[in-house]
Amino acid sequence: MGKFQLITKGLIKENPTFVLLLGMCPTLATTTSAINGMSMGLATLFVLVLSNMAISLIAPYIPDKVRIPSYIVVIATFVTLLQFVMQAYVPDIYETLGLFIPLIVVNCIVLGRAEAFANKNGVVDSALDGIGIGLGFTLSLTVLGLVREILGSGSMFGWKFIEGDGILAFVLAPGAFLALGYLIVIFRKLTTK
Amino acid sequence: MEYILIIISAIFVNNILLSQFLGVCPFLGVSNKLSTATGMSMAVCFVITLATVVTFLLNSLLAKFGLEFLQTISFILVIAALVQMVEIVLKKISPALYASLGIFLPLITTNCAVLGVALTVVQKSSPFASAADGMFNLGEATIYAFATSLGFGLAMVLFAGLREQLALNEVPKAFKGIPIALVTASILAMAFMGFSGLV
Repeated sequence: MGKFQLITKGLIKENPTFVLLLGMCPTLATTTSAINGMSMGLATLFVLVLSNMAISLIAPYIPDKVRIPSYIVVIATFVTLLQFVMQAYVPDIYETLGLFIPLIVVNCIVLGRAEAFANKNGVVDSALDGIGIGLGFTLSLTVLGLVREILGSGSMFGWKFIEGDGILAFVLAPGAFLALGYLIVIFRKLTTK
Repeated sequence: MEYILIIISAIFVNNILLSQFLGVCPFLGVSNKLSTATGMSMAVCFVITLATVVTFLLNSLLAKFGLEFLQTISFILVIAALVQMVEIVLKKISPALYASLGIFLPLITTNCAVLGVALTVVQKSSPFASAADGMFNLGEATIYAFATSLGFGLAMVLFAGLREQLALNEVPKAFKGIPIALVTASILAMAFMGFSGLV
């Protein structure tokens, strides 16, 4: 597989949200607006790239039996690092995303890539894989956030294009499930000809 | 009275699955059959309550030394160890319960509901406060965790029942599997929205 394909496969063929259906909790919870979705995606991208690189480096030295707990500790370390960075530079976004930043630790995408890719491949490939999957995640969260923001509050990336309120249900819980369900259907229709 | 408010609010008003989106992976993953959904809910109930008590105590220890930034790392390790321990103890003490929960226990480590509840409780608690100030003490934290996991079980069992019925119906090809489940979950979430403002 070429280096370029490593990055692009996460966008469509192995899109973590629409195809692999991983990491559903942050996907549903943080996409109340496009900006929030994008921030969550980028935060996950950060952890994913760093943990993929670290794990590909240390994987040969970890006994097979304790590999999962070891990976979780590595991931949790980078998540704590991310918490510090976000608290320092983007405190507003850190407040909005709240609980879901520490919960990146248990995001199945991160552990899944460590187990399925990073522990068998080199540092560069693992970093590219992290970037690819992370970008795919960011893209789908932004799209879902955008759809919910347009329908729910009548704005795009914070820019309001209609007067008054939108359909409130799309900002609340039911709209998250509904919008994601229909987006997966549209994605399937577009990708399978 | 406060206990009852905590319980109603955790089960119905702020249902962990349908309004807080914690633990959605098992919600979509193992809700195909009613029996597996019940097993999963019981295992989660057990682990959430136990994990919350342990992490609550651990947090007061961390706070004593000013090490709160280690919360994420230490909690996930404690939860992983706890799940392992519960598995070993159950195997010895109650093989029947172990057989019914067995396969679900290892899955729970990466269930974000457990870490989510532990972190929520710790964020709004102190060992000596009471629910009146919006803070939990140990007893209230335990009740909250238990009620939250009951809410998880309720949503899970309802959803599994719906999906069992759904399997008998014909749906368009593109909707098969997860999408139609998500649309169903959306309607269920709308029903639970009816409880908002109750407490």
